Amino acid sequence: MKTIFEQSVSGRPGVGLRELKKDLTGLIPQELARDGLPCLPQVGELDVVRHFTRLSRLNFGVDSHFYPLGSCTMKYNPKFMEQAAALPGFSRLHPLVPQFRGAGHFAQGALEVIFETERLLCEITGMAGFTVHPMAGSHGELTGAMIIAAYHKDKGRKRTKVVVPDSAHGTNPASAAIAGFDVISLESRDGIVDPQALEAVLSEDVAAVMMTCPNTLGLFEQHLPRIVELVRSVDALLYYDGANLNAILGKMRVGDAGFDVVHLNLHKTFGTPHGGGGPGSGPVGVCERLVDFLPISRVVKLEDGQFFLDYDYPRSIGYVAPFYGNFGVYLKAYAYILRLGREGLIRVSENAVLAANYLRKRLEEHLEIPFNRICMHEFVASAVRQAAKGVRALDIAKALLDKGHHAPTVYFPLIVKEALMFEPTETESLNTLDQFVDDLIAILEQADQDPAAVQSAPQQTPVSRLDEVKAARNLELTDHCGL
Amino acid sequence: MPYIPHTPDEQRRMLDVVGVADMDALFAEIPEALRPKSFDLPEGLGEHEVMRHLETLADKNNTRLVGFLGAGFYDHAIPAAVDFLTSRGEFATAYTPYQPEASQGSLQAIFEYQTAVCRLLDMEYANASVYDGGTALYEAMMMAVRHTKRRKIVVDECVNPIYRRMLDCYTSNLHLEMTVVAHREGGSNLKALSAAVDTDTAAVIVQNPNFFGVLEDFSGLFTHARSQGALNIISVYPLMQAVLKTPGAMGADIATAEGQSLGLPLSFGGPYLGMMACTKALIRQMPGRIVGRTTDSQGRTGYVLTLQAREQHIRRQKATSNICSNQALCALRAITYLCLMGPRGLANTATHCSELAHYAARRLLKLPGARLLSQRPFANEFALVLPKPVYHVIDRLTRRGFLPGFPLGRYYPGLENVLLIACTEKNTREDIGILKELLGGAL
Repeated sequence: MKTIFEQSVSGRPGVGLRELKKDLTGLIPQELARDGLPCLPQVGELDVVRHFTRLSRLNFGVDSHFYPLGSCTMKYNPKFMEQAAALPGFSRLHPLVPQFRGAGHFAQGALEVIFETERLLCEITGMAGFTVHPMAGSHGELTGAMIIAAYHKDKGRKRTKVVVPDSAHGTNPASAAIAGFDVISLESRDGIVDPQALEAVLSEDVAAVMMTCPNTLGLFEQHLPRIVELVRSVDALLYYDGANLNAILGKMRVGDAGFDVVHLNLHKTFGTPHGGGGPGSGPVGVCERLVDFLPISRVVKLEDGQFFLDYDYPRSIGYVAPFYGNFGVYLKAYAYILRLGREGLIRVSENAVLAANYLRKRLEEHLEIPFNRICMHEFVASAVRQAAKGVRALDIAKALLDKGHHAPTVYFPLIVKEALMFEPTETESLNTLDQFVDDLIAILEQADQDPAAVQSAPQQTPVSRLDEVKAARNLELTDHCGL
Repeated sequence: MPYIPHTPDEQRRMLDVVGVADMDALFAEIPEALRPKSFDLPEGLGEHEVMRHLETLADKNNTRLVGFLGAGFYDHAIPAAVDFLTSRGEFATAYTPYQPEASQGSLQAIFEYQTAVCRLLDMEYANASVYDGGTALYEAMMMAVRHTKRRKIVVDECVNPIYRRMLDCYTSNLHLEMTVVAHREGGSNLKALSAAVDTDTAAVIVQNPNFFGVLEDFSGLFTHARSQGALNIISVYPLMQAVLKTPGAMGADIATAEGQSLGLPLSFGGPYLGMMACTKALIRQMPGRIVGRTTDSQGRTGYVLTLQAREQHIRRQKATSNICSNQALCALRAITYLCLMGPRGLANTATHCSELAHYAARRLLKLPGARLLSQRPFANEFALVLPKPVYHVIDRLTRRGFLPGFPLGRYYPGLENVLLIACTEKNTREDIGILKELLGGAL
């Protein structure tokens, strides 16, 4: 499809605003002014509406397609949450309004949203304090890692290492490294963390251990109580990657289980839309002894019921965001939690886990499943049998696109060969799950009989397989200026 | 249960296929010792009940104040088509485009966004956005540290103080040496900045228009910094870039911006849009997602995420950044906004805002004892010195329904008498007249 730049016609007026009689002369000296207009498209409103409507139709979203993308929790995004975030009382509020004296009462509703969201997240996870400032899951990880660093520094000791199991998300080691730590990678055993292996790498240099539970293989870390003991024994902190929280709502609280720091991905567990890659929201919760290190500002409730922004936390790590995180995103999550309530959230995990196990059982005769036991909200299968005949996990993924389903995750976990990570979520009906299984089995049968057909998928999508090597070697990152 | 479609009968059939007696059996692996001590959440509510509650909260926020509050975040008009297009489910409910054949819409939109960012900032390459303008500035600084393998950073005090606090926070464990060069009456001290940049410097970081609304040409500073082997980083106000000398024309290596003014609501601080653009030489140091154009197996044009070898899901602890998501939906707002406005609409808006600001300055300077903090050229925003501290002036005016600006003393000790006043196309000359009367009454 032509780009919007290619549709530009010189002189065609946009929506703009009213035309001006004057130019910049006299306002801004020539040497500080731009030389000519920026080379942006000159198109009409209908051109823009039609162009982006057409683009939208080239996309798979949850609203249009089943999206069993493991580790990403692509559940249905309730629509009333969009209306909530668009309320002018929220969307038009300037973030600096409550920051100067006397103006706090103009933003009481928004401050209450922050306060209540943090309080509800504390109860859901069993943590003592929360911050909604981090703007994505990996930003939450970085915030958590900085809190961990500040804690050890405050105790006057140097801790340089963070332990990350190989079954954790790739962002964990990256976040620890960006925060200034050396990363020790820990090999899993039977798909979960082996306490003996952990003990071998623990020392007085270790600041924290970062766990994902259930991990990226969809398995519960059964040795968790022993792991907590070991981490305590060197006075390191235990970090919980909450990307997989959808599996354990009401079944385990990470604070009660012994974790010190947790980040949540609100866009996963609490159903806010993923937006094609963002914005997300990655609040961080901490245990009592870490509360003072949370980022500023913090919302405090006074005895008279008023809310105010408190910056007076001398041990705080400081500003991880310009203001209060992605307000428009966690506002939706707040609405979601109120809508589902206690029972609803428990049912989320039960049905998410049920759906994953149902898929696993229906597929176990057709795909290799390396850890074939009760899984949590996702599981990893392997296409090694098919790969022996030349049909790889990626080929199967592409063939699923032709059947109208988004593909499972095939790029990680790196520890399973030819991985296909499925996560159906609780919001997909049995009809959808059955249709998906039938279509996948048909693809696997075709892989047996006519591998070339699967290898050449997809054929029904707007484009077929794209040359990624060419894209990286012959970088073309912008369109030509066609004006 | 809302959004969970299974009937009791279907649940029974699924449990039978799994081979377990009930739901509890699915969680048998969680030891008793790890079970929740409480899960004391309210009962679920109907959709209309939640909405009523949120409407009540929204009403407690006063968004009807006539605003002259900017300080880096601006209340611009947003064409209705922006909301309309970006709320389409195919965009909003999609994921990061890992399967490009099923995500050409998101990918092409990002490619067009990257193109527009490069055109607007006059730079060669752009990424697909990061969280916000502050994060963009921090990531730019880290690009310079990796590229030059140096550890000294020179920062202009005229750079948004909120962003400078973010830089402090992110670098507290990284052993970088930050040198902040003090402002001079709201302007950059170009001589001192030049003097501070030497052969140990990784980057010099400046802003245009600066936090006080003042315009600068950093070409000379950038020429000097380049001669020392340092990188030039500039944070800009993207809407104003339609009329102001560009980062590219000044010789910047990396340009960053907060994209909120390009069709994003203020929304109490987020989600916003971190824009980043750089020269070709630096593209492999760029964090986050980048979309490239290529061809499919039949020779048709298509788009993919590219240069992924820099990223955390491949490189783990050796990645250029830990940033995993971008702000795709916010970037979509920006590209649709830029297309709707077009080059003339954007330039007209920038000029209109600047005209109003100059008109406001002329009017307000008639107040007894009022003067401008800086005598240098400004665009849409200016710092007005008043004869007394502005805190209680703001108190009095907000009670009359006016938000007269931002008290600079909040971030700059010594400037307690200075009000930072911004204009957008939503302000009117009448509002400015009333503002002058009210300010006069409060002094």
